[in-house]
Formats: sequence, C-alpha cells, structure tokens
Amino acid sequence: MIDVKNISKVFLVPHRVDALVNVSENIARGEVVVVIGPSGSGKSTFLRCLNRLETADKGQIFIDGVDILHPKTDINKVRAEVGMVFQSFNLFPHKTVKNNVNLAQNVVRKRSAKEADEITMALLTKVGIADKKNVYPDQLSGGQQQRVAIARALAMNPKAMLFDEPTSALDPEMIGEVLDVMKALAREGMTMVVVTHEMGFAREVADRVIFMDEGKIIEEGTPEHFFTNPSHDRTKLFLKQIL
Amino acid sequence: MESTASLLQKQQKKKYYSWVAVFFMVIFLGIGSLYYCTLQIDYTWRWYRVPQYFFFNEQIDVRSDVAGTIDTIEETEEGIIIRIAGDDGENVDYAYPSRDVRIYEGDSIFEGDVLGSYHEWRVGILLQGLWLTLKVSFVAIIFGIFLGLFAGLARISSNPAFKWLSITYIELVRGSPLLVQIFIWYFVLGTLVNTMLAQNGINQVPPLWFGVASLATFTGAYVAEIVRSGIQSIHKGQTEASRSLGMTYAQSMYHVILPQAFIRIIPPLAGQFISLIKDSSLLGIIAIRELTKATREVVTTSLQPFELWFVCAILYLVLTFALSMLLQYLEKRMIHS
Repeated sequence: MIDVKNISKVFLVPHRVDALVNVSENIARGEVVVVIGPSGSGKSTFLRCLNRLETADKGQIFIDGVDILHPKTDINKVRAEVGMVFQSFNLFPHKTVKNNVNLAQNVVRKRSAKEADEITMALLTKVGIADKKNVYPDQLSGGQQQRVAIARALAMNPKAMLFDEPTSALDPEMIGEVLDVMKALAREGMTMVVVTHEMGFAREVADRVIFMDEGKIIEEGTPEHFFTNPSHDRTKLFLKQIL
Repeated sequence: MESTASLLQKQQKKKYYSWVAVFFMVIFLGIGSLYYCTLQIDYTWRWYRVPQYFFFNEQIDVRSDVAGTIDTIEETEEGIIIRIAGDDGENVDYAYPSRDVRIYEGDSIFEGDVLGSYHEWRVGILLQGLWLTLKVSFVAIIFGIFLGLFAGLARISSNPAFKWLSITYIELVRGSPLLVQIFIWYFVLGTLVNTMLAQNGINQVPPLWFGVASLATFTGAYVAEIVRSGIQSIHKGQTEASRSLGMTYAQSMYHVILPQAFIRIIPPLAGQFISLIKDSSLLGIIAIRELTKATREVVTTSLQPFELWFVCAILYLVLTFALSMLLQYLEKRMIHS
C-alpha cells in the first residue's frame, strides 16, 4: 500500500539538518503503524513526505503503486486518497463544522451538495459530533475540533490515513475521545500511519511500532516486542525516559 | 464616613472631567484665535456665498428663433405659451414654466428677441467636482483592488516571471512620487496612446482616463503589499490542510486562504482607499476638474478663499469618513457571518 524506498530529506534553513537518512518502509493495506521517537527524530517529516507536504530529496515513494515523486504524477489526486490529521487540527475557521467537511467533497470529489451532506452527517455522527454541525470551529473544544478534522479527512474516502501527533495539542481529558475514534477506525481496517506519544494507543492498536531517531529507523516490531523486549540501546533509553 | 475607595473613584472622575474640559478649551481656542486673526486682517466672512456653488437658480432667457408678430400669449397652470405668427407664414409656439413675459400681443419681433425668462436649478461647480472625485476614486479603487490582488498573488508565487514582474511593478510605483507618475501617465503614455490613436483615425482618450489609470496603478502596488501580508498572515496549516485534502493551489487560495485573509486586510485597505480619495486631489494638474481644482476655480471668481477651502476640506472629510464607516461595517458583518 505504502512503499518507501531509501528516502532522504535535508533541511538547509535555518541550518543544515538531516531530517531523513535513507529510510525504507513498507506498510501493507489495513496495517496500523505507529511511529515514535524523540522530537527532531524525523518522524513528522517521514509522515509529511508520504503525501508530499514535504518533498523527499532522494528515493522513491509508492502509494498504491503510484510513484508520488514522479514529475508526471498529479499529486492532488494522490493526496485525495491519503487523509491527513494535524497536531493543530487546522480546521477552516471561516466555515461551519458541516462546511469544513463538505468543502473538499464539493471541490475535489465534485459531489452534489445533497450527496456531500449525507456523507458529512454520517461521518459527524460516527465521530460523535453531529449536534454541532452548524457551529464554527472556535466554539468547539480541542477534542471536538480534532474529531471534526478526522471526519473531514474521512469524507474523501481515503485509502490510508496519516496522523501527525493528533493528541499532542489536547488537554489530557480530551485525548481519550480522539483516540477512541482512531481505534474504531483501526478496527474497520483502515491503513493508518500514526506519529504519536501515546504509548497506550501504540500498545493496544498498533500492528507494528517504528522507532526513529536522527532521521533513521532504529528499530521496528510488534508492540509486545517493542515494549517488553526492545533490542536496541537507544530504544531502551527512550522507553525508559517516557514510560 | 466615605470609604477610601469611593474617594479615590471621585478623585479619578474629577481628574477625567478636567481633562475633558481641557480638550474643549483647546478646540475653542484654536477656532477662536483663527477667527480673531481673520478679523485683524479685515477678512469678511461671507458664508452665504458658498451654497450657490452647490446649487444655484439660473435665469434662462427665452429667445425667438423667427421673425414675426406675437399672435397669442396664453397663461396656463404650467407657465406661458407664446404663439408667434412668423413672417414666412408658419406659426411657432414657445412654452416655458414661469410668469415672466416681456412682450405684448401684436408686437412684432425679430430673430433673437427675448420673449421672457424662467429659472432653473443647476448643480454648482463644487458639487460637480465632488461627484467627479467620487467617480474617479471609485473606479480607481475597483481597478486597484483587482490589480493589487493579482500583483499580490504574483508576489508570493514561486514562478520567477510572475514574482519578479510583481516586485518590479511594486518597487517602481512605491519608489516614485504620485505627482510624477500622473505626469508620466498623462504627458508620456497619454501622448503616445493618443498620437497613435490619431494616426489610425480613432477618437482620443480623455485625460480623465489617464488620471484614473495613474491612481489605480498607484493604489494597486500598495494593495498588492497588503494582500501579500494578509495571505502570509494566515497560518501555514490552513494551506497544508486544504492541500492535503487534494485541493489545487488555486482552490485552496479561493476557498480557504483568501476568505480569511480578506477579513484581516479590510482595515489596512480602508486606510489605502482613504489615501486614494485624498490623492485624487492631484489630478487637477492634468485638467481634471475634481473637487480641489473646482475649489481653486471658485476661489478665483468668488474671492472667498477661507470659506471655500474649509468647505473643500470638509467635503473630503465627508467622503473619507463615509468610506471608513462603510468598511468598518463590512468588517463587522464578515466577522459575524
């Protein structure tokens, strides 16, 4: 489903940082992969390379067989198939909850207003926020906003979902409601790549955990292997620090 | 006994109102000393002469176009109808709305003789100037918005042709005086265009349009910078969110970024448009009779410069104040919707 071959990414501004160094990874359809690592380890950059919000300098990325770094690839088509959820929600503040979810359906998927409305309402019900459909984002709590953001991404019927630290900006009591939505999504068989610090989520939901540091994948494996018997020293240190 | 808190409050109130009194005193002193000085130089204030430059009642003489004899003079509800039996045998009727008749039935008259007169309200030169200022500013604002929007978008584009063209335009316009730009538009570009049009037998473009063009290009450069800063003030996450949903750059701009940026740039735009209205006063130098030029003309005939220049300033104030109110209203409405 997502096939990453030897990608590298260097940031030159404000100073040279090797964000990704020869990273390869293969994520199967329906797999839930959790990426963890200290800040600055390149995990967010890795995720953002997957829908070309960052363009990898070297290597190849195939999404469903499409080489997204090929100059002839229409990246907008690829992005429509890969949903993304951000740490800071990034809802459109000038649109109501319903219109946030409707917008890309109308503009990108060219759905009729009626069809989009039906899909939107079904998704808002699913994430438990249907009663707020006519409210503007700034009147919602962080957890509610993030659930709307998930519904907005799901409305495109994506083949995979990318989560970039979806609970890091939330108050502790709201983390649960967002994680519950993500767990439900995982159970439905959605392909998911999740960058997070929620080890509980990783342990419970992940099929595979990837540990990154200094732009490299240090270690990967099943949650049991990872949390009970990590093999790499760097991983052990990291887990000791956060658990 | 009063509490110290209420004493403090009383003292603060007293202080506040004494400064309010200072405000009115300064204003009063300013106006008062100005008036005193005008008396010292024996200036006579004649405010009653001002209204005629807004509206005036003009007397229009009705003259005969034919030679002949007055056949009948008929008074009706609407006015006078005079029938002249022409020497060539044809009857001609003159009707006008008044009671003023200068001839009698049976008079013989020649071509050009005055039969009577009536009064008609005319729009004065100041009001015409005000209207022209309003018209010029409005058209320049509309063109300026579009020019500024495109130049602003080009300014942040990654395409070097668009970006550099936009930078060149903005820097050229912002780096030279508007007065010089008006001269260039009128004396250089105007001459080129009109001479070329004349060579091909096409009608000339009046100076008004070169004036509008100079104001529009001038405003456009400033609007471009305002648009650019407005777009850049929108959080990067908005672009990322819309692009990650598969929207194109244009769709993301149109549906997500510009609507948000627009609300933020209304206040600086209002300031820019107010400047534009005031800058339109420079157009007088290329023979466009806007408000300032009109005032200058009236001053030379009326010899009441003090009243007229104050009136001129107040008229500009009315225009700019109305515009700023309108944009404030627009901003409030957009934020609440």
